[in-house]
Amino acid sequence: MKKNKMLMAAMVGTLLTSSQAYAEKTQLSALFMAQAAYSEQDIENMTTAFEKANPNVDVKMEFVAYEALHDKIVLSHNASDGYDVVLFDVIWPAEFARYGLLTDVSDKIDDSTKGDILEGAWTTVEYGGKYYGMPWIVDTKYLFYNEKMLAEAGISKAPATWTELASQAKIIKDKGIVEYPLVWSWSQSEAVICDYATLLSAMGGEFLDGDEKPVFQQGGGLHALEYMVDSIKMGLTNPNSREYSEEDVRRTFSSGQAAFAVNWTYMYNLANDPKESSIAGHVGIAPAPGAENISKASAVNGSMGLGVTSNSKNKDIAWDYIKHLTSQPVQEDFAKLSLPVWKGSYDNPEIAKGQEELLKAAKIGLAAMYPRPTKASYQEMSSLLQVAIQEALLGTKAPAEALNEAADAVADLD
Amino acid sequence: MIRFPKATTAWLLLTPMMTIIIGVVGYPLIKTVYYSFTAAHLASPETTDRWVGFKNYIKALGNTQFIDSIENTAYFVSVSVSAEIIIGVLVALLLNQVFHGRTLLRALLILPLALPTVVNAMMWRLIYGPDFGALNALLTQIGLMNEYRSWLGDPDIALSMVAIADIWKNFPLVALITLAALQTISKDLIEAATLDGANAWQRFWSVVFPTIIAPVSVALVLRTIEAFKVFDIVYVMTRGGPANSTKTVSFHVYQEAFAYMRIGSGASYALIVVLISAVLITTYLWLIKKQGNTA
Amino acid sequence: MTCRSKSEVCLVYGSASLLGLVLLCPVLWLFIMSISSTRDLTTLPLQWLPSKISFDNYAKLVSDLDSSTAESFLSALRNSLIVAISATTLSLLVAIPAAYSLSRLPGSRRKSLLFVAIATFMMPPVALVLPLYSTMGALGLLNTHIALIAVYCGILVPFTTWLLKSNFDAIPIDLDEAPLIDGANRLQIIWHITLPIAKPAVGAAALMAILMAWDEFFYALLFTNDIRAKTLPVAIADFAAGRVADYGLISAAGILATLPPVSMAYFLQKSLVSGLMSGSVKG
Repeated sequence: MKKNKMLMAAMVGTLLTSSQAYAEKTQLSALFMAQAAYSEQDIENMTTAFEKANPNVDVKMEFVAYEALHDKIVLSHNASDGYDVVLFDVIWPAEFARYGLLTDVSDKIDDSTKGDILEGAWTTVEYGGKYYGMPWIVDTKYLFYNEKMLAEAGISKAPATWTELASQAKIIKDKGIVEYPLVWSWSQSEAVICDYATLLSAMGGEFLDGDEKPVFQQGGGLHALEYMVDSIKMGLTNPNSREYSEEDVRRTFSSGQAAFAVNWTYMYNLANDPKESSIAGHVGIAPAPGAENISKASAVNGSMGLGVTSNSKNKDIAWDYIKHLTSQPVQEDFAKLSLPVWKGSYDNPEIAKGQEELLKAAKIGLAAMYPRPTKASYQEMSSLLQVAIQEALLGTKAPAEALNEAADAVADLD
Repeated sequence: MIRFPKATTAWLLLTPMMTIIIGVVGYPLIKTVYYSFTAAHLASPETTDRWVGFKNYIKALGNTQFIDSIENTAYFVSVSVSAEIIIGVLVALLLNQVFHGRTLLRALLILPLALPTVVNAMMWRLIYGPDFGALNALLTQIGLMNEYRSWLGDPDIALSMVAIADIWKNFPLVALITLAALQTISKDLIEAATLDGANAWQRFWSVVFPTIIAPVSVALVLRTIEAFKVFDIVYVMTRGGPANSTKTVSFHVYQEAFAYMRIGSGASYALIVVLISAVLITTYLWLIKKQGNTA
Repeated sequence: MTCRSKSEVCLVYGSASLLGLVLLCPVLWLFIMSISSTRDLTTLPLQWLPSKISFDNYAKLVSDLDSSTAESFLSALRNSLIVAISATTLSLLVAIPAAYSLSRLPGSRRKSLLFVAIATFMMPPVALVLPLYSTMGALGLLNTHIALIAVYCGILVPFTTWLLKSNFDAIPIDLDEAPLIDGANRLQIIWHITLPIAKPAVGAAALMAILMAWDEFFYALLFTNDIRAKTLPVAIADFAAGRVADYGLISAAGILATLPPVSMAYFLQKSLVSGLMSGSVKG
């Protein structure tokens, strides 16, 4: 017993002292998202390079699930030493700008930088004519397909419209190739809004009109939800999609249990990696389809940016760190999981190597990127919409009824 | 050395405790009441002075999501607490028998009890997985189900599935408390009743029940108060989905105050929650007071 | 009781085995997941035993010190230890004199104070968290151990006071008389007379307090944001909430977070039961 106590004391002692080593360096605290475009290991490698170049800086990285990212940024705002650098989603700058959570960095971005980066990427960090960070991940949802299954079903070309997608899925299901040909991320989270936004844009819908009044309950917005509901009713969509997030979609698709999947860029190389996937080598990628007479392709703007928090004590070093992470060479080194934001990178043959198909799809997809609303109360609007969509998907309400109720509630938001 | 009068000494010894209670509980509670009448916002401190009267309360009571979350909480509390009590008492009666392995089982009861709630939630989430979860695999492999199904994605059963995870963790508490009470019954009493011709059921009602009713009812109220606060298990398992079917009041308040940053209206929700739990707490205090008087 | 029929014996052993399985299986499965590869965990139909046992997930959490996974896990472990141990120690230091006072020097106003204490312990945290969050922010204490220790004291002090008070009541009051006449003060009496007798009760109170602090999630989620203060429950929720990628790794983290409280509760079973009892039975 005595021995045990001493052992415990020794352990506690080591644990207590182990963090003291870095005392004299400037500490930066950075918040990232776990498990998406760039992996933790990638970001660590990028950071190590930055620390080597700046030996006086020690960067502490935090990785949280996407679902926790927004609340962490908000909650840390009142902490005396919160984060210096945060990764933020394209839908948040309106809110963060309104409540002063991020530093305005407009004067730090020169014109040549502006010209060298994709226009779509800039919308990620810009609100009301001001810039709140640097774009880092330019991303949209693509249509992935299992080439082997399509060939088996006698389908030679990936679908160009959503209607065509449904009929191809029907053929695959009827031939018994796979039980549920389609898989999506429709859990009650932002993921379902991204899939909905993709469909909405294809079908010519809009979230809000010019006066910020909801219009998603009519036209393309309604058709989009009806399409989703029908695909479940017809047994084309895996019903578990209603509790899936993006990683579940990847697992289902990679284990050969779906012919089509809608997901972010990062799935392309992971689904083609034999260590992670049993369908490596058979992964096709195309821009998400369009709708007849309305659109040729569809895409949602799912980009993310890096910003300096307004309460950071080391804004300059924080900005240097962001510049390093978003720089063209660093982005090109890690282009396998996330495409660079730099226009020039797309002419670099090194980047295209092994992912020509992805780049071909990206050329169309990135140009078609549709934005979700920029609204300070977006979080709440999104949450109302998530519930409405889920109610329709679960069959408790008709799509029109669910969307109308959500629209009424959204109209009351400020 | 100075000697204080008895009462002064008594208060002096209590001062640290009172300081902490006032500082960490009393003051915040009053401040919450104040906030609930303002438009306080998380990211702009000056808004704490913007007085809005009863607006927050009126809005709160008209908010269907809030009312739904109260209903969800009530369902969660009644299902999980009643199951915990019933299973807990049955297990205690079992462990009060003499059989091989009894000590081992009693030690195993500690496992769920000491397992952190967050780990419990994560563990059950993995078990309930719709495609690679152990529950689906188990039920289909032993032939109870024909095909895999969704557990946490089905709004009709998701909340019950969350409740099961909570029951698994907390019935041992009831069992251990009841068992300790059972062990105070002397063997002679049972034997006397048996000699009088009482059957097992009669023995339970005449001897066992009066002994355990007091501790069990206290455990009941305690568990109710705890279950009413439920947050962590929902946060990890479902985050309120699907279609808000597992959103509880604590989660609703969290969302209002910390995701939408509306501290003022969050406070009004919180105080409505306090009013409901005040009823429970009063019941509890009344129960232990009664016991204190009879003991 | 002694002569049981065969069917009764069957019933007892049958339900005992069922109980054992129900208690053990979920945790056992968590352990199996933690030593399996992702590939084994995502094959259909599910195989219950891994094709290859590997402790890599544990190694990733505790020994690969350069990785952020290990760094955040180990610092969460450290933060949890610091917070739970300090909050418990502080609470006991405050609760012991308070419990003594309530037990030995009663007065009607002070008696109602005990009920106030019990009521505050049961207050839902959502009622207090908003002002606590702003105050901690204003004092610059967010994301520090101190914030969590202070808030946990608010939960633990009333609880331990009440546990200890009912235990002190059982100690004969005569024992205090002689040293009082000899000129000892109350603190000396607590130290030399009451505490040595109430040692098991203090142990039980400390155990319960540590378990409660170890488990707390709500305040920790809101008041901490990085490895400087984040406790284990929050770290695990960050690993596991939302996009779960690596089943094996989060299972291993869960097992490691469970070891300290479970082994502590196991070795101090008697204290645990007496703590639970006095916590829920005596007024």
